Amino acid sequence: MSSPAPDLRRTSTHQLAPSGDLTSARLTPARMISTLTVLAAIVAASVLVASAFGPVGISPLRAFSDSASPDRAILFGVRLPRVLMGVVVGAILASVGTALQALVRNPLAEGGILGISGGGALGAILALVFFARLGGSDLIVSLAAFVTALLSTVAVYRLAQVDGQLEPFTLLLVGVIFNAFWGAAIMVVNSVVNFYYAHSILFWLMGSLEAPTWREVVTVAALGVLGFTVLALGARDMNLLSLGDEAAGELGVDVSRLRRTIFLATSMMIGAAVSVSGIISFVGLIVPHVLRLAFGADHRLLLPASLLGGAAFMVLADLVARTVIAPAEVPVGAITALCGGPFFIYMLRREGRKPLSL
Amino acid sequence: MRANEIRAGYGKLEVVHGISLEVAAGEMLAIVGPNGAGKSTLLKVLAGTLRPSSGSVEVMGRPLPSYQRRELARTIASVAQESAVAFSFTVLEVVLMGRAPHLGRFRFEATPDLDAAHTALEQMGLLALARRDLHELSGGERKRVFLARALAQEPRVLLLDEPTAFLDLKHIAEVFTLFRALRAERRAAIVVTLHDLNAAALYANRVLLLKDGEAVACGRPEEVFTIERLRKVYDIDVFVGRNPLTGSLMILPVGDVAPAHR
Repeated sequence: MSSPAPDLRRTSTHQLAPSGDLTSARLTPARMISTLTVLAAIVAASVLVASAFGPVGISPLRAFSDSASPDRAILFGVRLPRVLMGVVVGAILASVGTALQALVRNPLAEGGILGISGGGALGAILALVFFARLGGSDLIVSLAAFVTALLSTVAVYRLAQVDGQLEPFTLLLVGVIFNAFWGAAIMVVNSVVNFYYAHSILFWLMGSLEAPTWREVVTVAALGVLGFTVLALGARDMNLLSLGDEAAGELGVDVSRLRRTIFLATSMMIGAAVSVSGIISFVGLIVPHVLRLAFGADHRLLLPASLLGGAAFMVLADLVARTVIAPAEVPVGAITALCGGPFFIYMLRREGRKPLSL
Repeated sequence: MRANEIRAGYGKLEVVHGISLEVAAGEMLAIVGPNGAGKSTLLKVLAGTLRPSSGSVEVMGRPLPSYQRRELARTIASVAQESAVAFSFTVLEVVLMGRAPHLGRFRFEATPDLDAAHTALEQMGLLALARRDLHELSGGERKRVFLARALAQEPRVLLLDEPTAFLDLKHIAEVFTLFRALRAERRAAIVVTLHDLNAAALYANRVLLLKDGEAVACGRPEEVFTIERLRKVYDIDVFVGRNPLTGSLMILPVGDVAPAHR
């Protein structure tokens, strides 16, 4: 760079002559398609494996050929809905984790850690207690969960602002407090009200994919798809957001609208997931982080990749949950927490060495 | 770009009290002054990031609010003094982010965008680093990446807050040489805030001297940088002369801080 007048004419190639082209340094449509295809295959494989195994051995052959066999009943009535619910819930939790991390510019953010799942669960429980008599309670419960999850999200976000800047440690601390608070509130409700309505307290606090109906699977899937589509539209803006609110605004992003959009979409998705599966944490922490390490931080790929990765992760975690101490079950949230705890500590130590995001 | 009687601040605190300025295409204006004079605040108002409590800013004859967000982003590029980037994006990815105002929601970066990014990387001497993670770079290298990002935006107006902070002498000279070329070939208007009065005198067409949120003087460096004026603004005696080698204006502090004049 010692020439007196730099040549401003466009160089016609984006290839770097000495060391080859730069496609590995950025996201291309080709890379996106190939990565997502691989991940989709992994999800399919997980679903197959998880459907084949369980506390009761079944023969897939008989399940498909003999319509009256117990194998069929188990496969299609019990196991498949459960596995597919795992797909949906895992997809939701992981993609919400990615979006939340983009929003607060912090890879440690996640629906469970920030207390959003807890808030959603409380809403779902209250709705069940008060409105169970109403028909169509699925939607009302999800709606209530959405409202409380949204309130929780906004509250955590606001409380984490210090002098107008989002403070990462404050954010996590507030999340911890919220979790404690929501957990306590749920226990209070549990002790006051007789809990015949839906599930045990353990279900709510530690999460479980047990016995979902097909209707529940479809409802949550629909809400998940809707929310995810909204998030996916903002993927490029999420990239820009990591430059900072001001810089993103200067590049043309409507930051407050993006923020509102993420709040609403993630709350809706978490609300739907929590109302059928209880509080499951760490999925949105582990999956996006691993995928980011493997495939880069570009949200246009990371979001759909998290969707798929989360699905596979959840399905496999649930497989462990229902087979490891068969015929009894470990709550799946316990499995994810057992993975997530050490993972979180590993991440804390890694992040400590990098310059903290603003 | 033209600003009229800008008053701006944060909350109840007004930091900029009625400043006007004008920059023509192909011109570089340096805003100088002591810390807290309101340079960064003024720059934010010019960028459209901070709304002034009174006064207006126009770019290419149109007031700022009349621009659509992305349209404005294609016209004005800003580089802040310090930035941090969350997540490990590569240098190329960050520079390509500068192309976002030119792309819709769904369009992937295409050849013109890659070309613009490549050119920007080349101009900032970053081609060898293009594949690296931003976090692996030094402060000066990161700064150059952000400058490259602004260049990739291909703006008509460049606003830079202390662009030479963190850069070593060689890169400072390169940056200003680049600006000169930008002004000549693309007729870009450049506004920079600078601590370094000598750099301002050497490279800027015009200088705006601020103190305590007010404009003390505006004009060519020779006209603005007088001993009296600089003593009033910086509370220190200075020597103003000509560099014997280059003939450019040279400003050096002399002795201890002058006794308070008021």
